[in-house]
Amino acid sequence: MKTKRVYEPTKGLTERALSYCPGCTHGIIHKLVAEVLEEQGLLGETIGVASVGCSVMNYEFFNCDMQQAPHGRAPAVATGIKRVKPDKTVFTYQGDGDLASIGMAEVVHSAHRSENITVIFVNNAIYGMTGGQMAPTTLIGQKTSTSPEGRNQLTTGLPIRVSEMLATIPGATYLERVSVHDPKHVRLAKKAIQKAFDVQTKKQGFSMIEFISTCPVNWGMTPTDSLAWAVDSMIPYYPLGVYKDATKPGDDDA
Amino acid sequence: MGKVLMKGNEAMALAAIKGGCDAFYGYPITPQNELPEYLSKHMPLQGKVFVQAESEVAAINMVYGAAGAGARVLTSSSSPGIALKQEGISYMAGSELPGVIINVMRGGPGLGGIQPSQADYNQITRGGGNGDYHVLSFAPESLQETVNIVKESFSLADYYRNPVMIAVDGLIGQMMEPVELDQEINEKVSPEKTWAANGESAKRGKINKIVSLSLDPYELEKHNLKLQKKYHEMIANEQRYESILTADAEIIIVAYGTMARIARTAIKSLREEGIKAGMIRPISIWPFPSRAFKNLPTTVKTLLAVEMSLGQMRQDVVLSINGQLPVEFYGRAGGVVPEASEIIDKVKSIIGGHKNEN
Amino acid sequence: MAKGRIIIDVDRCKGCGLCIQHCPVHILELDLTTTNIKGYTPLIVNDPDKCIACSFCAMMCPDSVITVERFIKE
Repeated sequence: MKTKRVYEPTKGLTERALSYCPGCTHGIIHKLVAEVLEEQGLLGETIGVASVGCSVMNYEFFNCDMQQAPHGRAPAVATGIKRVKPDKTVFTYQGDGDLASIGMAEVVHSAHRSENITVIFVNNAIYGMTGGQMAPTTLIGQKTSTSPEGRNQLTTGLPIRVSEMLATIPGATYLERVSVHDPKHVRLAKKAIQKAFDVQTKKQGFSMIEFISTCPVNWGMTPTDSLAWAVDSMIPYYPLGVYKDATKPGDDDA
Repeated sequence: MGKVLMKGNEAMALAAIKGGCDAFYGYPITPQNELPEYLSKHMPLQGKVFVQAESEVAAINMVYGAAGAGARVLTSSSSPGIALKQEGISYMAGSELPGVIINVMRGGPGLGGIQPSQADYNQITRGGGNGDYHVLSFAPESLQETVNIVKESFSLADYYRNPVMIAVDGLIGQMMEPVELDQEINEKVSPEKTWAANGESAKRGKINKIVSLSLDPYELEKHNLKLQKKYHEMIANEQRYESILTADAEIIIVAYGTMARIARTAIKSLREEGIKAGMIRPISIWPFPSRAFKNLPTTVKTLLAVEMSLGQMRQDVVLSINGQLPVEFYGRAGGVVPEASEIIDKVKSIIGGHKNEN
Repeated sequence: MAKGRIIIDVDRCKGCGLCIQHCPVHILELDLTTTNIKGYTPLIVNDPDKCIACSFCAMMCPDSVITVERFIKE
């Protein structure tokens, strides 16, 4: 019986086994970014910037030149790279603690300058690597190791909607929030990544894809229940969709 | 190019361009502002990169990225701004990245003041960030010496694959002096940057990574020992200093940068009064030129550390002389620049003291 | 008759179950009789004949464990 291969591990990832917890959707997101880089023939001239968090070791996983940035500073490192290597593809891969807490100024100003980089932003509403602390994107009432009684808006404010916030910045060319909780959304997420890297390749400016992601271990749920919680609790507060597309004619308010 | 009358900050900026700087990432802070201002005009004219970042923290990380991609990179700041950059500098040392950092020092601590100071000595020479690392650091006294060191620093950074810092103060940054920008400098040759993560993995056939993380302590220790070899090489090869009238001196002043300029005047006047004063002027402040303190003439009774800070450099003098001679101290702080007369009075009080003793 | 099959890299599997949840023909389960090199309970196909080679399992797998092949009619 002859066979035809319809799905195989992407060459955009190295042979290294991923270090993530079982069912963590970082793995899916890594695959999608790597598949897009491979399919668009960009791997050989890409420089990725790893941040600090669960995904800090992804310089071992992405099959392209990588730099590991200090916590929160990946967009600045990427700016530094892109300015001296304008023809290379440059992306950052950051979690919500890295991007929306310590690194907020860096991502806002990279968008403000419309740096020609692509930011992969993974929002799982918690600090994973350090053991489950509250993040800027932790939901109200969500229990974490530093909001043991559930996040309280009075003392910690409301969770930050990063895509909506950056959409107010003229320099942000393409912003979309996606999810990977089922095959259909995985496919849509991949399209979003393709669009983001296309924006970069065409030198149209700053692009960011925000992923609703899971953290089974620190949420204290099974991987499959985590996907359900992401859909039932996170997506209502973080609606999916395109929040900026300055590439469409007439939509360019820059 | 011939001699031109230039302001220190602008001379350093032009020297950086002459030194082959590909990119500058900075942030406004007095008293170094003319440096980025100059580069904001001239770098684009050369097809080079200039970015004013949103903070010093962002600026040093832009330096990190560009250096990691193989570019020759410069940033400049002043005292509190340098404090903000220390994490990034530690990352550069840990990831073995070249880069030039100019620090135009001002009074501290905290917001401090904007007058000239040398109170960053510890922050510079003791490694202001985390981990066992050092930054090759120089403290020139004249615009000519500064310009030459700035030009040379890019090749030094590439050779050692380590940050290099040039520490001047607000006075040197703000004053004007004639400088020759095309003086011959000894360029340290280093191999091609085959290690750079510059997006050429296709051609290169392998992936390059710029990383300072290692969760395995034994691997990290091995990496640290590798870095230490570099620092020992710097200690062996980069101790730079000038000895002035030390051969018959009874007292030797130790001073660098602007302080050394003022001490020269004091020494001249003391000599006219028959007091044999000399000076050891560190040009490198890391590695500290301890070599200058070996086999001093027997005529020397005392060393006098003179600083625009409160005893930070004195510690290195004490370490270098290792108890063989007393090390006196005179310093002003907060941006106050001492007069030559103050040094003269201090020397006399020390010498006078000895005369009454014996 | 199966439209294709999946190849499982057993030692990469972490037994997370995301593939099992999204297999439209429900032919995946954890093989409780074994543990892989990492100590996880790996994936197994319990009814290969029903496989429609849709790749849903592979798409949902965070660890690139699954390769999907479609049978070509001669």
